[in-house]
Amino acid sequence: MLSIRLENLSHTYQRGTPVEKTALHNITLLIEPGMFLGIAGRSGSGKTTLLQHLNGLLKPTSGCITFNGSPMDGHGMRDLRRRVGLVFQHPENQLFEETVCRDIAFGLSGTGLSPAEIDIRVRGALEAVGLGETFLNRSPFELSGGEKRRVAIAGVIVTDPSVLVLDEPTAGLDPRGRRELLDHIVALRRERGMTVVLATHDMEQMARHAEQVMVLENGSSALFGTARDVFRDVGTLERVGLEAPRITILMSKLKKVFPEIDDGIVTVDAAVEELKRLHRRQGLRWRDHDERCARGSVCCREFGSPPVGPQDEDPDGDGIYDACISC
Amino acid sequence: MATVFMTLVFLADSYLSFLLLLFFTFVVAGRAGRPFGHSLRGIRPILFIALFTLAVNSFAVKGTPLSEYGILCHITREGIEQSVRMVIRLLLLLTGASILTSTTTPLALMDGLAALMRPLRRLRVPVHELAMMMAIGLRFIPVLLEEGGRIFKAQVSRGAGFTSGNPLQRARSCIPVLVPLFAGAFRRADDLSTAMEARCFRGSAGRTRMKTLEFSRADVICVTAMLALSAVLFCMEFVKM
Repeated sequence: MLSIRLENLSHTYQRGTPVEKTALHNITLLIEPGMFLGIAGRSGSGKTTLLQHLNGLLKPTSGCITFNGSPMDGHGMRDLRRRVGLVFQHPENQLFEETVCRDIAFGLSGTGLSPAEIDIRVRGALEAVGLGETFLNRSPFELSGGEKRRVAIAGVIVTDPSVLVLDEPTAGLDPRGRRELLDHIVALRRERGMTVVLATHDMEQMARHAEQVMVLENGSSALFGTARDVFRDVGTLERVGLEAPRITILMSKLKKVFPEIDDGIVTVDAAVEELKRLHRRQGLRWRDHDERCARGSVCCREFGSPPVGPQDEDPDGDGIYDACISC
Repeated sequence: MATVFMTLVFLADSYLSFLLLLFFTFVVAGRAGRPFGHSLRGIRPILFIALFTLAVNSFAVKGTPLSEYGILCHITREGIEQSVRMVIRLLLLLTGASILTSTTTPLALMDGLAALMRPLRRLRVPVHELAMMMAIGLRFIPVLLEEGGRIFKAQVSRGAGFTSGNPLQRARSCIPVLVPLFAGAFRRADDLSTAMEARCFRGSAGRTRMKTLEFSRADVICVTAMLALSAVLFCMEFVKM
């Protein structure tokens, strides 16, 4: 288990030249074992710079970073990089071997593992990203974009890192590819107890998975806290150029009509629960959208508006109601 | 023009002619709206090379030693003179190059190049295409550098080592960077050619320009100044002998 502590960490690129640029400013952060940390921020807000400190690729210009309490120098850097797996943006551009199998195994070269052991690890990593064994002997260059990306991620998790750092892992993937990739990462975290640090500007993703969220603005930490607390602060989010998840915005608008509603809702599932609770308190019966009323007017059939009101009875209990709000 | 300037820089040998060249560069830099100091700052990275040249030359050139004793007896007067000249040359070359690249867009450079090489077209040399290739090459240097840096970092964080082992091992350890870099370069080239074709690029045949290069007063002044400078330098270097 590895905990990473950043204290007042700042990083300036090209220091002392006319083009010097401060990319990070006084970041203090503790990454505890097993945590799911989200790093949000617009492009150029310092996400990538921050992530590259986590495995020692960049050195802080001021402040310090410690791994399990000890600062890391040149010694043991290779070992550290196996314990903190960093998946770059567009990792599919780093594939180079002739077969998927050899590419994934690259991270294990020089570790002294036996070929049999390496084989087991490679298969395990491939399976963890949801690719079958048929991929092992294919060339990484003939795969589709999404498959390449999974292979590249497998090449990082093959070293069995205790911290997995991902920089925009789902950029450019289709919605299904995005969801599947994240599901694999969540499963990995569950099975191996990994710490996950995820940088993204997809707030829906962040809301669904991250426990803690840090929002960066021009290299400084603008917000830090649980996803719930961070997304509740719609004003700050807007100022830094981000948007709270749609469902949070919807709920905060609903709050203007129903003041007792909880506006700290960040996922659709939580919103459904909250609405159910509200229904019960109003003495209404909640019906899922696939329940239809007997009259079945166009709007009811096409849009599935739920039956509402005291007159909609369901005498025979078959889930079909006499009337819905639109009929 | 730059070529002429470079030849001159190598031709010049006496301090007086260097002084003249420095003065010329200074004036040109000022006219170009780029203060001389600014161009100098861009030179800082090669300062190390300059100092190294200085050191090596001071020791390596044979001649009268500075002193009979100690380390000074290895340093010769001729060596120092030679190295000072060398450093000034380096400085002039780089300032000249930096003025050229900072005042002229690659596109204009390419046009100029194509115009200069036009006579070669008689020999069925695809002048326009060559110039285009050079311009594209120039344009992609920073892109490839950046991409190379990123791939390097990515492989390092996968546990690659680049600084250990014998030369063969080291060469082999470059493969993880070079293969993706080339793959990326080919991909970019492919994209670029598609993009160019989408804009109906068909090589030089029947191509017209939005901005035609014209021989203007500024060009006359430039050529005259350059000719004058060359003439004066020639006189200073050869006539006195």
